[in-house]
Amino acid sequence: MNMRALIESREVIVCCGTGGVGKTTTSAAVAMAAASMGRHAAVVTIDPAKRLADALGIDALHNDPTIIDGPWPGTLAALMLDTKATFDAVVRRHAADDEQVDRILDNRFYVNVSTGLSGTQDYMAVEKLADLHSSGDWDLVVVDTPPTRDALAFLEAPKLLTRLLDNAIYKLLISPQQGVLRAVNRAAGSVVRQLSRVVGADVVDDAIEFFQTFQGMEEGFKERADATLALLGDDATAFVLVASPRADTLSEATYFLDRLGNAGLSAAAVVVNRMLPDLTVSIDRAEALRGELADGDAAALGIALADHAAAAAGDDERVQALVERAPDAVLTRVPLLPSDVHDVATLRTIANLLTR
Amino acid sequence: MDPGQFFASSRVLIVAGKGGVGKSTASATLALAAARTGLSVLLVEVAGRSAAAPMFGADTQGYEATVIYDEADGGSIYTRSITPDLALVEWLGNHGFKTIAKRMAKSGLLEIVATATPGIKDLLVLGRIKALEQESPADVIIVDAPAAGHAVQFLRAPIGVRDTARTGVLNRQAAEVLEMLHDPARCRAMLVTLPEETPVNELIETAFAIEDEVELALGPAIVNGILPALDGLDAVPPAELAQAERDDLRMAAALRRDRAALQTEQLERLGTALPLAQIRLPQRFRAQLGLVELQALADAAVESIDSLEAWA
Repeated sequence: MNMRALIESREVIVCCGTGGVGKTTTSAAVAMAAASMGRHAAVVTIDPAKRLADALGIDALHNDPTIIDGPWPGTLAALMLDTKATFDAVVRRHAADDEQVDRILDNRFYVNVSTGLSGTQDYMAVEKLADLHSSGDWDLVVVDTPPTRDALAFLEAPKLLTRLLDNAIYKLLISPQQGVLRAVNRAAGSVVRQLSRVVGADVVDDAIEFFQTFQGMEEGFKERADATLALLGDDATAFVLVASPRADTLSEATYFLDRLGNAGLSAAAVVVNRMLPDLTVSIDRAEALRGELADGDAAALGIALADHAAAAAGDDERVQALVERAPDAVLTRVPLLPSDVHDVATLRTIANLLTR
Repeated sequence: MDPGQFFASSRVLIVAGKGGVGKSTASATLALAAARTGLSVLLVEVAGRSAAAPMFGADTQGYEATVIYDEADGGSIYTRSITPDLALVEWLGNHGFKTIAKRMAKSGLLEIVATATPGIKDLLVLGRIKALEQESPADVIIVDAPAAGHAVQFLRAPIGVRDTARTGVLNRQAAEVLEMLHDPARCRAMLVTLPEETPVNELIETAFAIEDEVELALGPAIVNGILPALDGLDAVPPAELAQAERDDLRMAAALRRDRAALQTEQLERLGTALPLAQIRLPQRFRAQLGLVELQALADAAVESIDSLEAWA
């Protein structure tokens, strides 16, 4: 298996890793590579820099796929995740009627959940991914993941709401009148009163109203969460870890691989961006040349070469340590580019580097 | 500007930046630079795994303060980490939920509270920092703020909570934190970036958001990974060398020249867009992050601070 085969065969590719390593650009390049192979590929980006939308040749991305025209036999589409709009659509899908939809969308607790809650962005990225995958319109869905410190936020995201719903105290909160639980309910009632004192009665009322309104939708949400988790664990899905050779980002990447392994999953590929170009001379020879040239006109060249060799050796060592943690993953090194990606041509260069 | 004077001008320094720009390295460097002027430094890490403490060779780091660096002539660094969940449990414990705070965490009720009150965890982390500012004997408190794109969200939290919880203990907490954030003698943010296009753009956006929305004063920006100046890169490799060696020399020189030009362009752009002083930390080609490395970076930080104009 190599990167080309992965892009050719998988239905879902999840690009993960910390921020600042070129994850969004890599995601777009993967989708472009798939389109070049004749596949119908859509890439879900999370808050891409404006230059990426520019690079894709469109003014702006929105929550539905925008087709990107280009010289590829397949289809390339890109969209930018709108967390709130996606969440609203999910509510509409599961609700019994318009009235339930309105009551939920107007609820302040829901607004908090759908906009501000940590994990919501991951949750909706997974939703969007599952949605596009099940639409049947796409051979491959590539998803960029939100920058996060918690490596597994993405995997835990589909359970975000069901975890709240499974909560025993929540069950008490929404059923204050059930006879057998009256004694327990008095305890719950006292918790609610104390909570109101701390965070304010309005806040608590909104939460209770949200959970009451939500009744009847739990099953739909739980089934969906189970289905999306199954999709993430399926053989048709590949996790691609994106990293850069900087020491700090590689230590985050290592941590991520370990967490993925603990969850019974593995990275199918590791893409390391911003690698320095390989030298022909050894690091020792580069160091020796620096000494030999030190007193002549070409002294600066010797220094540049020795610095390059030392930095590249350090990068190699760190990347090697990373791939040892994921012996089955395909490693792709993408060289440091002279500038950020501003156009389709540069993106195609990266797509070609990924699949060469 | 004298480094001692620099570190005395704001007690709490919140070091913030996007992922991958070397924020923890910058925090550790500042802590060491401050300790070397004889100050006692508290280095606070927020959430997640500790990144700065291991650079001092310290294994772990807990909620309680731990000494990770101690100089004979008085300077020292303590470190402690604050996790949002623990800050919330602790705060609830102090507000009438002592007996059930832990059970609330276990049962998930805490998640409901946190969801119902967006920003509460960030506010309580800042509240904890404010408490440390008042209780801690440290001369300087350096906060390695949450990574990812959350610096502005993190610092905006007290405003959000103040506006939703209009009365009561949370509102008071938010007001107290804002009082600290609005006082440059007590607190400033220092933003970290790399001399590259996207990180510079993000720094500029973050800087304006923090000044305009949070009204938190900014200290100098920290630019990591500065290539040292190197003249004479246009020279021709000596003809007596092997072809492959000459090619490598030319390639390394060309790459260095291109990157230096890009760096100059980005630093100028940063300087034009943001009227902030810059602390420049060199790229270390033979980097093994450890105390030796930090010493070198701290030297550069001190040198950079020495050349700064005094700031109000």
